[in-house]
Amino acid sequence: MEKWYLMTIVVLIGLTVRWTVSLNSYSGAGKPPMFGDYEAQRHWQEITFNLPVKQWAKFINPDWIALHTSRGYESQAHKLFMRTTVLIADLLIYIPAVVLYCCCLKDISTKKKIANALCILLYPGLILIDYGHFQYNSVSLGFALWGVLGVSCDWDLLGSLAFCLAINYKQMELYHSLPFFCFLLGKCFKKGLRGKGFVLLVKLACTVVASFVLCWLPFFTEREQTLQVLRRLFPVDRGLFEDKVANIWCSFNVFLKIRDILPRHIQLIMSFCFTFLSLLPACIKLILQPSSKGFKFTLVSCALSFFLFSFQVHEKSILLVSLPVCLVLSEIPFMSTWFLLVSTFSLLPLLLKDELLMPSVVTTMAFFLACVTSFSIFEKTSEEELQLKSFSISVRKYLPCFTFLSRMIQYLFLISVITMVLLTLMTVTLDPPQKLPDLFSVLVCFVSCLNFLFFLVYFNIIIMWDSKSGRNQKKIS
Amino acid sequence: MAAFTIAAGTGNWFSALALGVTLLKCLLIPTYHSTDFEVHRNWLAITHSLPISQWYYEATSEWTLDYPPFFAWFEYILSHVAKYFDQEMLNVRNLNYSSSRTLLFQRFSVIFMDVLFVYAVHECCKCIDGKKVGKELTEKPKFILSVLLLWNFGLLIVDHIHFQYNGFLFGLMLLSIARLFQKRHMEGAFLFAVLLHFKHIYLYVAPAYGVYLLRSYCFTANKPDGSIRWNSFSFVRVISLGLVVFLVSALSLGPFLALNQLPQVFSRLFPFKRGLCHAYWAPNFWALYNALDKVLSVIGLKLKFLDPNNIPKASMTSGLVQQFQHTVLPSVTPLATLICTLIAILPSIFCLWFKPQGPRGFLRCLTLCALSSFMFGWHVHEKAILLAILPMSLLSVQKAGDASIFLILTTTGHYSLFPLLFTAPELPIKILLMLLFTIYSISSLKTLFRQSFTVIAQAGVQWH
Repeated sequence: MEKWYLMTIVVLIGLTVRWTVSLNSYSGAGKPPMFGDYEAQRHWQEITFNLPVKQWAKFINPDWIALHTSRGYESQAHKLFMRTTVLIADLLIYIPAVVLYCCCLKDISTKKKIANALCILLYPGLILIDYGHFQYNSVSLGFALWGVLGVSCDWDLLGSLAFCLAINYKQMELYHSLPFFCFLLGKCFKKGLRGKGFVLLVKLACTVVASFVLCWLPFFTEREQTLQVLRRLFPVDRGLFEDKVANIWCSFNVFLKIRDILPRHIQLIMSFCFTFLSLLPACIKLILQPSSKGFKFTLVSCALSFFLFSFQVHEKSILLVSLPVCLVLSEIPFMSTWFLLVSTFSLLPLLLKDELLMPSVVTTMAFFLACVTSFSIFEKTSEEELQLKSFSISVRKYLPCFTFLSRMIQYLFLISVITMVLLTLMTVTLDPPQKLPDLFSVLVCFVSCLNFLFFLVYFNIIIMWDSKSGRNQKKIS
Repeated sequence: MAAFTIAAGTGNWFSALALGVTLLKCLLIPTYHSTDFEVHRNWLAITHSLPISQWYYEATSEWTLDYPPFFAWFEYILSHVAKYFDQEMLNVRNLNYSSSRTLLFQRFSVIFMDVLFVYAVHECCKCIDGKKVGKELTEKPKFILSVLLLWNFGLLIVDHIHFQYNGFLFGLMLLSIARLFQKRHMEGAFLFAVLLHFKHIYLYVAPAYGVYLLRSYCFTANKPDGSIRWNSFSFVRVISLGLVVFLVSALSLGPFLALNQLPQVFSRLFPFKRGLCHAYWAPNFWALYNALDKVLSVIGLKLKFLDPNNIPKASMTSGLVQQFQHTVLPSVTPLATLICTLIAILPSIFCLWFKPQGPRGFLRCLTLCALSSFMFGWHVHEKAILLAILPMSLLSVQKAGDASIFLILTTTGHYSLFPLLFTAPELPIKILLMLLFTIYSISSLKTLFRQSFTVIAQAGVQWH
């Protein structure tokens, strides 16, 4: 790529923004005895270091991970160490994946590719959670992105291996597993189940099983241990949802306390049904007509369905939806930018708890500025640009006056942004009334949930109505 | 939000650049700040709580007021906003007070004052003629100049991390340069006079202004061969320039003249007792001189040429600010440094007088004056290198030769600022930002002058 230096500059800007955010407070700073995610990660380091013996960590300060005595350890040097590990993990896994993805995009100019990379790297949600609140999401999301890259470029085995690594790093990546499965299955069917397709199927199955076995080998020694791991990974005992999250069940809970009314197993079945019903159409379409573009959009809609309807969802899981949306930024810049802004907004209660108000406002503005200047999003709101042309043509067969779609969407955008800004101002400046102490968090979740429902419908429309234009123009990989 | 719709709607790249760097500055708020932070908090307190007669006498804190009166008035105005953030910072006795609201206020005041710098950059871009060849936005000289100035690494780390108010001061200087380019000489002179009374370090470049205005403004015409035409001297212009400078100085120093405090003010402004080198050595000639002196004294001791009892105890490398005598080489006095500086700027001043080349020649002379004063001045701070880097940026986007000199100057100059940020959390920031600026400046200037470089290369090939 001729403009390598511009891409380097983009990566440097991304790294600078990440590090400056990390100078702020982290989850649970100075709040004993539970502390927060920062302490959780340190605690896991403590466990993994001390229990099976590992020699490599001898060079790092042993006080940080001394078994039992290091609970709640907080110091400047340790904070620096933890932040550096996040940056290095990001630099090694996530950022190269983003750069490579943008370079492999087809049909757009070099400058747009670089601008695309800038916008993806500036996405505030991931930066604030990983570098502010403190987590290592960039590792799992990075592996998932390598998976997407591999599978889209026909390196199916490597792609599946990368995705298996992602799942074994963080089980939340299972949200993305169905689209991967359907896409690869669709490819096998396309190649013919009697010939090459079957060979591919067997190869994929072997790769997946092998990578799982490799990761889980130390824990297979006892059946009880395996079950214990599974119970920790999928805490079905914890209930339909915890705290405030922008999904259907929490919003519904405001009107009707379903968490307390319905018994546990009914809740499980209900969420299971809703989730699978909402993602089934897109997945079936992907099996029948596998295409790279359909795959990416199905990733979005599946992850969003899981987020909205699944069991025990955390608000950080929105990152699993944001990653695929970042991937389609170049195709529908206006809607993607809107979605990514809402996803950052939905994290507001969490970020305020961690005292990250200033970085969140600044990074959101920077992201918005980057998207607006790179893609001129406000000029791309016609029906064709929004990929809704075939849909509106079909609707116009029954309702000839249905010409106001793009206007309506622009107005909805305006309303959504104004609501978000107002709610942010209110949450920061006002105190909630005494009888309703969680008023603002619930309002934030409710508004975000409404937005997400709209996006769920929108993305499903794009997938379902993508038939003719998709087949003619794009090559099926 | 209005700014966004403007930037978005008109697709204005300049606003996007300015807004982007402002957001970056906001992210730098929680970084390390040096004692300069306490200096300015102290000045807010002094100007707010004490009467004018006490401003240059107050010495509760070690950070006494040592900038000219206009800056003191600026701090006074700021203090009236500060009281809404945190009243406690305005107490003179609250030494090293740095509550989160104080930090927020001070940082935001620097970011806000940079508006003047942004405006000045905008005016400077107007003075650059765009090359007709570059079709792409990112290859236009105006775009490159805007990035080089707005996103200047040195200014970012000195102002927004280390903490100072250089942004708007450089804005004033660039604005006066722009006015001289636009042939609005009176405005340029006025702005420079005002600038001098904000921070007197700009005296370094005053000779360039003086000679240029005298030669190219007061003498209204030249002979055909470019030399001076004595009978075109305009008394009106000289008098008006003198009047402007006099009025500005009167406004600034008048009150203190009335209070009979001028000697005290000058002793604060020009503290010669502080020693040849600052606590952190600026990388100038005297640093080399000191190093040589040290090496010679070590050799002398080893070879028994020197008597250990005669070596003075105070060490220049101890990081203290004080007077010092050299061991082997002759000691340096303020007068000696002044003479060296004058000798160094003489060639460029001569050129400016005898062969004026318009505003561009003036800019070259200004840069050389700044560099010479940096090299040979008394008690120079390493931040003074910015005085040479920023005007040089204007020259760099117009000629290939200037661009290569600029790249050397800016890379080494910025690297020499690294010791200012010595804390571990800031290490990645300074490395990342330095890489960012250096890679951008090298690649963009190379692309801009791609054709001239290929011509030079081809000529070189033919020669062999």
